[in-house]
Parts: sequence; structure tokens; C-alpha cells
Amino acid sequence: MGKIEDLEVINGEGYQLTTLDKAIGLARANSVWPLPFATSCCGIEFMATMGSMYDMSRFGMERLSFSPRQADLLIVAGTISKKLGPVLKQVYEQMSEPKWVLSVGACASSGGIFDTYSVLQGIDRIIPVDVYVPGCPPRPEQIIDGVMNIHKLVKNESSRRRYSDEYRHLMDTYDIDIDKTGENE
Amino acid sequence: MILTLTKLEKMNNDIILSRIQEHFSSDVISSEVNFDILTLEISASKSYEIIEFLKNDEILDCSFLTLLGGVHYPEDLNREFAIVYHLHSWRKDFRLRLKVFVPAENPSVRSIVKIYNGANWMERETFDFFGIIFEGHPNLKRILNMDDMDYFPMRKEYALEDATREDKDDRFFGRSSN
Amino acid sequence: MQLEKIKTIDFLEDHLINMSNMKEENIALSSTLNNSEESTPKFKEVTHESRESLEKILSDVAESNTNSEVTHEKSDSKETIDGKYATINFGPTHPATHGIFQNILKVDGEKIISSEQTVGYIHRAFEKLAERRPYNQITPITDRLNYCSSPINNMGWHMTVEKLIGVEIPKRVQYMRVIIMELARIADHLICNSVIGVDTGALTSFFYPFSEREKIYELYEEVCGARLTTNIGRIGGFERDFTPTFHEKLKNFLRTFPKAFEEFNSMLERNRIFMDRTKGAGPISAERALNYSFTGPNLRAAGVDYDVRVMQPYSSYEDFDFIIPVGVNGDTYDRFMVRQEEVRQSIKIIEQAYKNLPQGDYKADLPEFYLPPKEDVYNNMEALIYHFKIVMGETEIPAGEVYHSVEGGNGELGFYLISDGGRTPYRLQFRRPCFIYYQAYPEMITGMTISDAVLTLSSMNVIAGELDA
Repeated sequence: MGKIEDLEVINGEGYQLTTLDKAIGLARANSVWPLPFATSCCGIEFMATMGSMYDMSRFGMERLSFSPRQADLLIVAGTISKKLGPVLKQVYEQMSEPKWVLSVGACASSGGIFDTYSVLQGIDRIIPVDVYVPGCPPRPEQIIDGVMNIHKLVKNESSRRRYSDEYRHLMDTYDIDIDKTGENE
Repeated sequence: MILTLTKLEKMNNDIILSRIQEHFSSDVISSEVNFDILTLEISASKSYEIIEFLKNDEILDCSFLTLLGGVHYPEDLNREFAIVYHLHSWRKDFRLRLKVFVPAENPSVRSIVKIYNGANWMERETFDFFGIIFEGHPNLKRILNMDDMDYFPMRKEYALEDATREDKDDRFFGRSSN
Repeated sequence: MQLEKIKTIDFLEDHLINMSNMKEENIALSSTLNNSEESTPKFKEVTHESRESLEKILSDVAESNTNSEVTHEKSDSKETIDGKYATINFGPTHPATHGIFQNILKVDGEKIISSEQTVGYIHRAFEKLAERRPYNQITPITDRLNYCSSPINNMGWHMTVEKLIGVEIPKRVQYMRVIIMELARIADHLICNSVIGVDTGALTSFFYPFSEREKIYELYEEVCGARLTTNIGRIGGFERDFTPTFHEKLKNFLRTFPKAFEEFNSMLERNRIFMDRTKGAGPISAERALNYSFTGPNLRAAGVDYDVRVMQPYSSYEDFDFIIPVGVNGDTYDRFMVRQEEVRQSIKIIEQAYKNLPQGDYKADLPEFYLPPKEDVYNNMEALIYHFKIVMGETEIPAGEVYHSVEGGNGELGFYLISDGGRTPYRLQFRRPCFIYYQAYPEMITGMTISDAVLTLSSMNVIAGELDA
């Protein structure tokens, strides 16, 4: 008896046989609702990516959600200073599962050219990040490439991930209490 | 109401200097001209009166405060902090720079918020960066840095980088980690 | 007060019935109002009488609105819930604040009583960073001040250093700089105005200018290779002359952009909804603006014609013929209109500069700061040494202090540079216009509703990078 994960997608006349995970992954990946946490220059490039030339709407991402509860993807574009760190963490904790984080730009990924006393050297010091897009600022094509990598993650993520030990351990290293932040079934 | 600025006769720096000196002769410590801008060093105790005079005088008419900032000279004992005011007279078409030097033990000068409202945040920024106290300021607290920061970062003795960072090794940046 | 309320409801009901009867004429009239005065009305049935009656209806409705405001004001403090004001946290992450700044508003219903600001959420310590870096490495930092129009910041910095060194810049370089700076000004004003449109609910007016900005980005890419944070030009000139592709693209731009801009303009300029929302939102008088050291389009909207390009011309601006648009009230509509007109003036300046672009060198003769060509570096000892010193940042600059300012997208962008003769500045202070005029924001929104406060904020064009530096 083969494992369910190895089952191929079987297409037939008017039906498709696949696992539920794949179907859910497909639905999730093609309608990710981003929360643009745009701070500085990368925010303008993000706005250009939303514009009509490098259309983000073809990925289903034109519905920007500024409320963390309704967002799937936190796009952190721009420098995060230490003053803004707690705000970012609060926004991340408010997002409901499943959630992903895309760090756009050099400043969000590692502090960028600002190796100073007031800039947080990378947002992965306070929240877990899934995809990093380097650049200062990255071209819109690079941001789209980052988004497509997020789609790969979303398509292949198990829907039971949030209950896994690995996830819990990851959140513990960032001092994020997943039971308290309203994890839903 | 539309104000149109008409330029009257061109001022030159000698007229400005003599006009200020005839009213505040003892408080103008030194003067020089840097790239066409007259730079005066004035005494800290009379800075408010001089700036108020400059704003209200009909001949000099410095109607606009361009910039207010601080500089730290750690080697000049008793004159460590300089507060630099850039004034601009639109009708008479000249710029003026005033410098006030204060010692490090008591870095304080009178605030000019009542003369120019625009000095409010500029003085807060100077306080935030250097620790210069502006007496009479309505709300002198930190503006750009975090409120619980306990040092004044633009002073020369503090490094640019965050002292507590552990991910970047100074050796690879050409700085010796002392 | 009860009687007054009923009266307003009756008033409105009567006029709503009238308005539905006059719906057809309304449609005809609104189309004529939106078109320019010279065009003939589309519907021949529009008569003088119906236009008058429509105006009367609109003014009556406006009167009844003001009446209801009066009743609201009477219920100032005594009749709010608990007699206290509500505190609303507007920021730091808020969809309507384009940038990261926080305003804690005290409101009475919808009307704002007072507000308290917190800035510094994106403080990146530029001034301290500049003390560490040699002079040509500071240009990328100046990029990130007002990142919507970064070439202007770059050029301002180059001019400051050139002033300190005391070098004469060729005329061709000055005209090239003017072209690039005016393109940057157009880009900045396009973002600001389209974002005002977004905040009033007009999302289409955001997408149209953004595709025009892509053309400006392509022009930057031809010169320097980057789109947004350009690091354009060098101390002493430009890194390369304008390529033939640049000439082609610029001619194309000058041909197609004005028409696209007028299309964007027509969406908002005489739009009844836009005008009603923006007129009277966040006004500031000329005297208060001067006291707060306003510069730029915000000051010009208040009625004062101060422009650094005219007051202290730099980089051959005195050769060009342009006007400075000035508003009347200093409210959001005036700021919008001033920026629109400035875009048209910028197009005019670019056309003049491009037509009269003088022949000559694209750089000054400045071997200590300007990288020598590579073939000289490999063959000539002196060029090799200069190349080494420039790249390692060991060139020394004469001591002195200089203040130079340019007209940025938001006002007078100034650079106060104190040099002690070393390889890095001793003190570099940026005069950031956003930082200085944002202080007046609480005064501008007191007494306004929250939606007006949002519009005022976006019309002031507060860029977070310039605010916090």
C-alpha cells in the first residue's frame, strides 16, 4: 500500500483525483492576501510592483489587507528600526494561521547599508522569515520572484504544520506564544 | 493673502556685521565669511535677544529660520558644543549663520521657539543627538531615538554601530574589535 | 435644537425629490462642468434656468450641512459620552499614512481636538553614518532621504562638495543636471498627487501616473543603472554622457507625457467629489507657515512664492523661463493644484534645457574626485594613484564649512557640511523639509474630521525617509 503523499494527480473526464493537501495548497497559493508593511524605499518599489506594469494582481494578490487578522503574507519592505521592532512583532502575532513572511530588501533582511545603533539588523531577529529578497531596492521582477517562491512554500505546506513540534520549537526561539495568539483550529 | 517677495537693495556682509555690532557689540565674539555667508559667534547668554532683534529689525529682517543644529568638538575645552543657527532674510536676500558655544558641563542655551515656531523639533533633535538643553522649550524630549535610550548618540565618543550586536565581526569590516 | 434638526431633514427630503426629478439635467450639467469651458455642452437641453436651479440646490444642501455642523458644535463637551474625548491611535502602521509615523488623536465624535505626534520609527542615523564615509560614498545615503525624488538629493550633495572644493562645472553638466532634477520632481509630485487621489477613494488615478513613472525610471536607468535610489552623477559631473537611447526615450517622454498627465489631471481637477473633499481640508495661513519654516509646495500653496531655484539659482536655473505657481488658502486642494502646475512647469524646463543643451564635456576636470578612465589607469601612474585613492576613500578635501540648498520635491533641502580637512566630513547636517513642516500638522488638523486629517497628511507629502533620516 503506497503512502498517500506519493499519490499522483490523476486527471480524468470531469474529475481530478488528488490529495486534499494539494488542493488546499493550490487554492491558498493563488490567492495570498498580503499585508504590506512598507516602511521606506522598498515600499515605493512594492507600490510599483502593484502598479500596472509589474502587475501583482495576476498572482491574486491585488487585495491588500491592512488588517493583520485577514492577511496571509506579511511583506516587510524597508528598514525596520529598533523603535519599530515591537510594532512589527505585534503585527506578526496578530496574524492568523497560516502565515508567511517575505522580507523585501537588504534592510529588512539584514540591516542593509545601515549598520547603525538604531536599525534592527534584520527582521529575523524578531520574527521568523520564509523568503528573503535581496536588493536595495530590489527590482519589481525580484519581488515577484520572491512571491513565487512563497507560492512554492504555500503549495507544499502541510495543513497540519501549525501543530507540529518543529513549528512550536521555531516559535519558542522567537518568544512567540502560539497558544495565546489566537491559533484557530 | 498672497505675499510676494520683492528684493530690495543687496545687502553686504559689512552692513550686517556693523548693524549687529552697534546693538550688541560685546556679545559678538568673532566673525568670518564662509562661502559668502557671514558667520558670527555670539555669546550664549544673549543668543535669544540677538535672534529676536534680527527677526524684528526692519533693516536686517531675518524672517526665516533655515536650520538649527549642533556640533560636538570634544577637544575644545569649555567650548565643546556648538549650536548653529542659519537665518535667511528673504527681502534683503542674505543668509546669516550664528554660532553659540557652550561648555560640556552645562550645555544649555535659551530656546527660540517663541521667535520661530519651526525651531521646536529642530531643538528636540539637537537635544536628542547631543544632549544640549534648551531652556524654555515646551516639550524637550527625545524625538528620533527611542525614549529609553540613555546616551546621546551623535557625540564623538560613541560609535556608529550598535555596541550589543553579535552577528557582525568587526575584524571583517576593517575595524579592530577593542 | 430638536426643531432645527427636523428642519434640516425636511429640507433635505424636499430637495432629494427635486433632485431626482432633475436627474437628467444633473447628468448633463455635471458633464459640462467636468469638461473645459470652451467645449460645447453635449446635451442641447441644458438651459440657463436648469443650471441656476441646480446651483441653488447644491448651495442649499451645503447650507443645511453647515447647519448640522452648528448643532454638532453646540453639543461640544457637555453631551458626548462620559463628557470625555476619545483617543484614537492613528499609526504607526496604518493604511492611510504613507510612511511610519504615529499620531495620537483626541477626538470629539469625528472632530479632532488635539493630536500628539511620534516620529523616529525609521531613524537610520544618516548624520552619524556620514561622518564615517568618504565624500563620494555619502551619495547613496542622500538617495534615501526623499527616495521618491532621489536624483535631486544626489545633485544637491554633489553641488555642496563642489562648492567646498571650489570647482567650476561645465555648462553641459549643469543642463544635464537640470533635466534629471526636473524629471525627479515630476516623479515625486506624481506620487504625491496620485496618493491624494487614493485617499479620497479614486484608485484609478493611482495606476495611471504609476505607469508614467515607469518611463521616468527607464530614463534614470539609461544614465545610472538604477530605478529608485539612483546614486546618479558624480562629484564633478556625470558618470557617462547621455546615450543615444536616452535622447530617444527623452524625446518620446516629452511627446507623450503631457497628454497622459492632462488625462490624469482631468480625473481629479474639476471633479466635484474631489473638490468637496479637499477644499478647506487642513488649511494653513501664510504667516503661520512662515513661522514654522515651511518651504516648497506646502508654502507656495499658502500663498508665498519662495523657491530656491529662483531665490538663489544654482546649476544654471537662471537661464530658464518658468513661473512659480502659488495657491490662496493653503488647503489640500491648493497643494494638489500647486503640485500639478509644478509638473507642467517642470516639463517646460526640461524642454528648454533639452533644446538648448550645450556641447561640451560631461564632467569637470577634477582628478582627485572623479575616477579616471580605465585605459589611463592601466597605463598611467598618476591615474592609477588617483583611482586607488578615490576608491579607498583617501582623497582629502579642504577644510571649511559650507551650506548649500536645492529645491527638493518638498522644499528647501539643505546640506550643512563642516569639513576638517580629512577624508570624511566632520559634521554633515541635512536640512530636511519634511521634518520641519511636519511639526505644523497638529495645528492644521485641529477642528477637522478624521478623514480630512488623512487627506491633509497625504497632501503634505511626508516621506518617512526624509522625516527621520
